[in-house]
Amino acid sequence: MIWLEKFNKVFESKVRLGLMSVLVVNEAVSFNELKELLQLTDGNLASHLRALEELKFLAVHKEFVGRKPLTTYSATKKGKKAFAEHLDALEALLRRE
Amino acid sequence: MQESSSLQTLQEIKALMERSSKFLSLSGLSGIAMGLIALAGAAAAYYQYQTAWAPQNGTAYWNLHANHRQEMVQFLFLDSLSVLVVSLTLVIVLTSRKAYHRGTSVWNSASRRLLYSMATPLLAGGVFCLAILFKGPAMLVFPATLIFYGLALVNAGRHTWKEVTYLGFTEIALGCAAMFVNSYAYLFLCWIIGFGFLHIFYGALMHFRHERINDRMIE
Repeated sequence: MIWLEKFNKVFESKVRLGLMSVLVVNEAVSFNELKELLQLTDGNLASHLRALEELKFLAVHKEFVGRKPLTTYSATKKGKKAFAEHLDALEALLRRE
Repeated sequence: MQESSSLQTLQEIKALMERSSKFLSLSGLSGIAMGLIALAGAAAAYYQYQTAWAPQNGTAYWNLHANHRQEMVQFLFLDSLSVLVVSLTLVIVLTSRKAYHRGTSVWNSASRRLLYSMATPLLAGGVFCLAILFKGPAMLVFPATLIFYGLALVNAGRHTWKEVTYLGFTEIALGCAAMFVNSYAYLFLCWIIGFGFLHIFYGALMHFRHERINDRMIE
C-alpha cells in the first residue's frame, strides 16, 4: 500500500487541493483572485490558507499598493513537493484500480 | 466510486490550473472584427494610392511625384493608426463582454501577463517601423509590422489560447516572405492576408472551438 502512505491528508480537502494547484502554476496569486477562482467566501478561504501556511506549504507576502493592503500567496518548495507526491499517489491509485 | 471521484477531482484541478494561469476570456469574435477592420483600412489605402497618386495602374513608388511620396507616407501612417485604435477598442469591448458572461474579471494577473508579454516586441517593432517609415525604404514597413506582430503573438500565446501562437507563427512566416517581394501590389496582398484574412480565420477557429462549447456548458 505504498500509494496510501504518500496520500497527503491535507489535500483530502478539495479546496486545499485546488489552492495548491493554482499556486504551483502561478508565481504569486492575490487573495481576491483566489477567491474568484475557487468561488469561496473570505472566511472559508482564509482558514484553508492558514492551514497550508502553518504547514509551510505556502508563503504569504504582504505589501501596500497605494493605501490598500495587498496579500499575495506563493507555493513553497515544500508545498510543491508535497503536491507533486500527492498527484503521483492519485495517479497510482487510478492505475491500480 | 473511489476511481470516478478521483478522476473528477483531477479534471477539476486541471481546469483550475488552466483557468488561473491563462487568460481564456480572449474573444474569438474580436479576431474576426479586427480582420474586417484591417481589410477596410487596406482597402482605403489601396483606393487612395490608385486614385490620388498613381492614376496609371502599376506606377512604381519611386516614380511617384516627390510630394506625393511624402503624402503617401503620412496617409499610411494615419490609416494604420486608426485601424490600430479601432481594432484595439473592439478587442477590449468584446473581451470584457466575454469575461463578464464567464463571471471573471478582465483585469487579473493572467491578462496582465498577456499584455506584458506582447508589449516588448510591439514597442520595439513600433519604433522600428516609424524609423523606416520616415528614413528607410518605406516598403519594408509592411513585412516589419507582420514580423513584430507575429513575435508578440507567439510570446502572448503562452498566456492564452493556443490559436494565438499559431497565428503568430503564420504572421512571422508571411512577414519573412513579404521581405522578398518587390512590388507594392504584392505587399498590399501580404498585409491584407496577414492582418485581414488570418485574423478572420483564426478568430473564427477560436470562436467555434472554445466559445460555442462554453456557451453550451453555461446552458
